[in-house]
Amino acid sequence: MRILIAGGRVIDPANTRDAVMNVLIEDGRIAEVVSPGGHPAPAAERVLDARGKVVCPGFVDLHVHLREPGREDMETIATGTRAAARGGFTTVCCMANTTPVNDNQSVTDFIIDRARRDGAVHVFPIGAISKGLQGEELAEIGELIGAGCVAISDDGKPVMNAELMRRALEYSTLFRVPVIQHAEDAHLTGKGVMHEGRVSTELGFKGIPAASESVIVARDLLLAELTGGHYHVAHVSTAETVQLVRQAKMRGLPVTCEAAPHHFALTDEAVRSFDTNTKMSPPLRSSRHVEAVKAGLRDGTVDAIATDHAPHTIQDKEVEFDYAANGVIGLETAFGLTVSTLVDGEVLTLPQAIARLTSEPARIFGLPKGTLSIGADADVTIVDPAREWVVDITKSASKSRNSPFHGWKLRGQVLATIVSGKIAWELQG
Amino acid sequence: MGLKSKDLLGIQVLSVEEIRLILDTAASMKEIASRDIKKVPALRGKTVINLFYEPSTRTRTSFEIAGKWLSADVINISTSSSSVVKGESLKDTGLTLQSMHPDVVVIRHAVPGAPHLLARLLKASIINAGDGAHEHPTQALLDLFTIRERRPALEGLRVAIVGDILHSRVARSNIFAMKKMGMQVRVCGPPTLLPRYVESLGVEKFLRVEQAIADTDVIMMLRIQRERMGAGLFPTLREYSKLFGLNVDRLKVARPDVLIMHPGPINRGVEIAPEVADGPYSMILDQVENGLAIRMALLYLLAGGQAANN
Repeated sequence: MRILIAGGRVIDPANTRDAVMNVLIEDGRIAEVVSPGGHPAPAAERVLDARGKVVCPGFVDLHVHLREPGREDMETIATGTRAAARGGFTTVCCMANTTPVNDNQSVTDFIIDRARRDGAVHVFPIGAISKGLQGEELAEIGELIGAGCVAISDDGKPVMNAELMRRALEYSTLFRVPVIQHAEDAHLTGKGVMHEGRVSTELGFKGIPAASESVIVARDLLLAELTGGHYHVAHVSTAETVQLVRQAKMRGLPVTCEAAPHHFALTDEAVRSFDTNTKMSPPLRSSRHVEAVKAGLRDGTVDAIATDHAPHTIQDKEVEFDYAANGVIGLETAFGLTVSTLVDGEVLTLPQAIARLTSEPARIFGLPKGTLSIGADADVTIVDPAREWVVDITKSASKSRNSPFHGWKLRGQVLATIVSGKIAWELQG
Repeated sequence: MGLKSKDLLGIQVLSVEEIRLILDTAASMKEIASRDIKKVPALRGKTVINLFYEPSTRTRTSFEIAGKWLSADVINISTSSSSVVKGESLKDTGLTLQSMHPDVVVIRHAVPGAPHLLARLLKASIINAGDGAHEHPTQALLDLFTIRERRPALEGLRVAIVGDILHSRVARSNIFAMKKMGMQVRVCGPPTLLPRYVESLGVEKFLRVEQAIADTDVIMMLRIQRERMGAGLFPTLREYSKLFGLNVDRLKVARPDVLIMHPGPINRGVEIAPEVADGPYSMILDQVENGLAIRMALLYLLAGGQAANN
């Protein structure tokens, strides 16, 4: 099967390429990327007219929750990866906080088998740092990596024990995989439900200080320096975290981080609606922090955009704010929010934004993805960065509906997603 | 003129005109309370449900009496003896109540925004009788009413609110209300019980009671809750009382005609000394009495409509 994507603007940051090109896919791999002028277009069974559109590597999401095994009422590998395909993602890394926890080889095997059977996109599991995410003893990390995990994390929970974090970072150097921290001091957060600031003061909610995240990052950076382990901060949300990571990178430490679209598209002002879809961990922060996250994306301190796609049932969200589950779904809105907020807001150019969704996340996790190099897996996303659309979350491919962006008008729409040379999703109309 | 919203969810969403309307309506309601036969037919055939998820004596009783004096049928639901203990969600409780066609649901709940959730689900008017540390609008309105009885021009008055501001919905609603009416508000308490960003509410922060209460027209003491001690927010009630309690000695720095208020229930000898609570400028019992008038006014404005002209 040959697919020709003809006449699009190819933005392939991994190969520093930005030009009008034809992309030929053959047997699931990138076969040719050539300028359309000069020689005749090659024959193909399917030709996608990409004139006026942007052709880029499939997006890579370092942070999703697919909920399978255990919470198939919220999401499954089948539905979560379909949401990914609709969002232009061809690769997702799924967190270990399933039921049972992905802290042993058999769970990793299950996820990989299920993804092979049901998945619409590539799935790379992330293994647990500690057994049962209990934060006490290390999981069998070697076996997890051997089974196919690409990183380790207790995400959903912080590793509070500094000694365990030290050992995880140290041990991880054996396999050269990132140790992902959900940076949050459990004591400083306490029963907090939103960012501590002007809005929490007015609404009377218990606040989560920005320091709750940053003190853990500061601690862990010292441990990364001590051990040489690759430390990756999930969903950075505060100005101080960005600054700490920036300084650590300048000192040459093996440190990377990601930011979620909701943390650059929304501030804590959104909580005034009492909409529980504005409740997440870390919480939506004030504009000072949001601006700092954007500045981090601009100067490269923040390496990647990752969704933290976190499906929850209606009954877990349609309750009082204090009792509502943390998290929002994000796969299908990530690109639109990136263009509308970061590109239109002149934080990033379109090629830079695409790099944060493709080559950068692939590079920092060492994944053979996020590129249109000849011979690479034909994971390709076609987008129209200028096209406007309205988010209708009732049409989401996810099993869940917990998004604060329903009804938002966004610029930047995904038109088609190709996974290993097969069209995984195509916008109709 | 009436209220713009079907609900009373907080002070923050009210305009100055609406606040004046409520206070003026309460003034005529207060007259009913002084009658020998305290009953008018304004809300005959209307149903008021008190839905209290937190214990309350004065607010619940006040709403119940206010409703009954206006001839409404008043039903009390306390969550300890309802299907809430069987795990029914607020949404389902709300929808169930809606099917019984109440005109007003008065809700108290531990979580900010719970009345707002109910207001979205129900056709009935929702009155917020306290949502977590967010708002307690009827308390702030009765406090304004009480102050206005003694100091008719609210604008420019200076008020000191002393105590646990962090956890206090009374403080928040009063700050919102008083700022709207052009009053100057000071807050005072241990730094651990003042919100980190309290000044963003437009108030002045004080750490010493003597400085906070000097040259003010009103001192509002807040109840200190014993359970905050366990949370490590202050060491002991004894130390709290020593540093922040309002006693006769401390009151010497205040104006001689300062009004002393407290939303109740009071901890005698902790945040307020008995001589002060029972003293000549204590408004504490006036506040309770005026609460009836304010709640009558609100029930009337939200559910009454034309009937009350009879």
